[in-house]
Amino acid sequence: MTAVEIHTHKHRWWRSRGVQRFVQHRLAMIGMAMLFLLTLACIIGPYLLPYDELYIDLRARFAPPLSGDHYLGTDPLGRDIAARLLMAGRISLLVGFFAMVLSTAIGTVIGVVAGYYGGKVNSILMRFVDAFLAFPSIFLLLALAAFINPSPVMITIIIAVTSWMEIARIVEAEVKSLRERDFVMAGRMLGLRNSHIMFRELLPNMVGPIIVAATLTVARAILLEAYISFLGYGIQPPLPSWGNMLNGAQQYLATAPWLAIIPGITITIAVTSFNFIGDGLRDALDVRNDPA
Amino acid sequence: MAGFLVKRLWQSIVLLIIVSMIGFGVLHLTPGGPLSQYALTPGMTQETMDRIAEQMGLNRPLPIQYLDWAWRLLQGDWGTSYRDQQPVLTVIGRHLFATLLLMVSSTVISIGLGTWIGIRGATHRYSTFDYTATVGAMIALSIPTFWFGLVGIYVFSLKLGWLPAGNMYTIGDGSLLDYLHHLILPSVVLALVNIAIWSRYMRTATLDVINQDFVKTARAKGVGERRVLMKHVVGNALLPMITLAGMQLPNLLSGALVTETVFTWPGMGRLFLDSLGYNDYPVVMGLLMFSAILVLLGNLIADLVAASIDPRIRLA
Repeated sequence: MTAVEIHTHKHRWWRSRGVQRFVQHRLAMIGMAMLFLLTLACIIGPYLLPYDELYIDLRARFAPPLSGDHYLGTDPLGRDIAARLLMAGRISLLVGFFAMVLSTAIGTVIGVVAGYYGGKVNSILMRFVDAFLAFPSIFLLLALAAFINPSPVMITIIIAVTSWMEIARIVEAEVKSLRERDFVMAGRMLGLRNSHIMFRELLPNMVGPIIVAATLTVARAILLEAYISFLGYGIQPPLPSWGNMLNGAQQYLATAPWLAIIPGITITIAVTSFNFIGDGLRDALDVRNDPA
Repeated sequence: MAGFLVKRLWQSIVLLIIVSMIGFGVLHLTPGGPLSQYALTPGMTQETMDRIAEQMGLNRPLPIQYLDWAWRLLQGDWGTSYRDQQPVLTVIGRHLFATLLLMVSSTVISIGLGTWIGIRGATHRYSTFDYTATVGAMIALSIPTFWFGLVGIYVFSLKLGWLPAGNMYTIGDGSLLDYLHHLILPSVVLALVNIAIWSRYMRTATLDVINQDFVKTARAKGVGERRVLMKHVVGNALLPMITLAGMQLPNLLSGALVTETVFTWPGMGRLFLDSLGYNDYPVVMGLLMFSAILVLLGNLIADLVAASIDPRIRLA
């Protein structure tokens, strides 16, 4: 590859091989489309529906889907499921997204520091990663959720606290493999501070694997939120979330199955989208796929 | 092997110590800390609380408290359940069997199906089967286990009436067949995610082995394709799976907890949730520590088994 080529590529990042591969990845594109539609619906949908998510219509309790104005039916209090589903989507997607941001930040910092310094620092930090991984995440998450005031912010934080380990492992392995490379040596010889080498020189080389892991972390975070909210330890009513919409659905399973089916399918669609996108990103950003 | 054993045991002990430190940290996040059980007693005053705190040694420095707590843990004194005043370990022991039964049966299903799907996907790479299995695995990983359980109950218990909707046995029956009947739905629900994970890893492992020289040699010697696959490929591809099974243990336990809550299965997960509901913190903490120890033990056993089969691991 000549210098001229590199120059042109720099200005057309969207024509790079990685982006091309991603766009041609059928599953990833399906995931992007589903996620886009879902997000759009959650953002503008609530303004278009006839009912808001807290309006209680006692005459229309347990209305099945497609009955009158209640397109997806109503819940035991007569609240419109469509409106609740979309408002819940805002909460669940935001919790998933910010839990990902936070856990990626924690995991990246710990991984970079452990990988860069090596030796004792590495052993101590990585043993902590192993120890956290020894706890079944749901047990740890539920214990923390039960002990702490369950506001959406706290739920986001505890999900992040229980899911940063994978990213730390990935980043640590990457840093270890890059640590002895010439550009790091050059940085040291130039007298750059360690923090500069770690986060300005090393980090940009691992954006690919981090993005892939982060995408899959969103999927995982949405599932975790759904589960603890389903059990009543997550997002608290009246604030709707996909998980707490399923809370109580089990007791009406025989008479009003849509209470369970609709939020469940929505969660599955959202999580599948992130998993598809993550798979596409992994294929697209895997440097080993790059000829040259 | 002895060297490997010592090294691996030492690692587990170090991890156990860190795990206990994390557990101790969580314990101190409980509302009121270890004192919470007394705070609920009617007529409790601040002075009495302070006195109890002093008796329990809660005014000592944290490191001393930790050592004391860890020492009692080592001696098997895990505290007493607030709910039924029994030792925590006894309470956990009563629920251990149900969880293990669920985990073992769903592992048998997921290893059986997952291995088959993975090998077939690798030998018929990029076929319709492989593609379907790949997409199917990704969707299976995206379905919330608890919700899948609800759907299973709706279809197979409420609509078709084939399987019971919960519990481990019918009261007054309890025969082996009755247990199996109750076991089918929860173990299949729990297996779904694990089939997906297992088949993905098995596919990769098989692909890693299938093009290696010793497989080509076997083929060149005229060994039948079926024999090559079963003996040379699958045997070697299954090796890394032993370690993987150990690594998947925390996820399996998490999944078991989720499944138990939906199917009112009387295992550790159900106990965990009930204890949370009753603010029975000693049992909650006990289960947290117990599950982590179970995972460390599982990993240790998996590594030792893998090392005893494969000299490359123990000599590395």
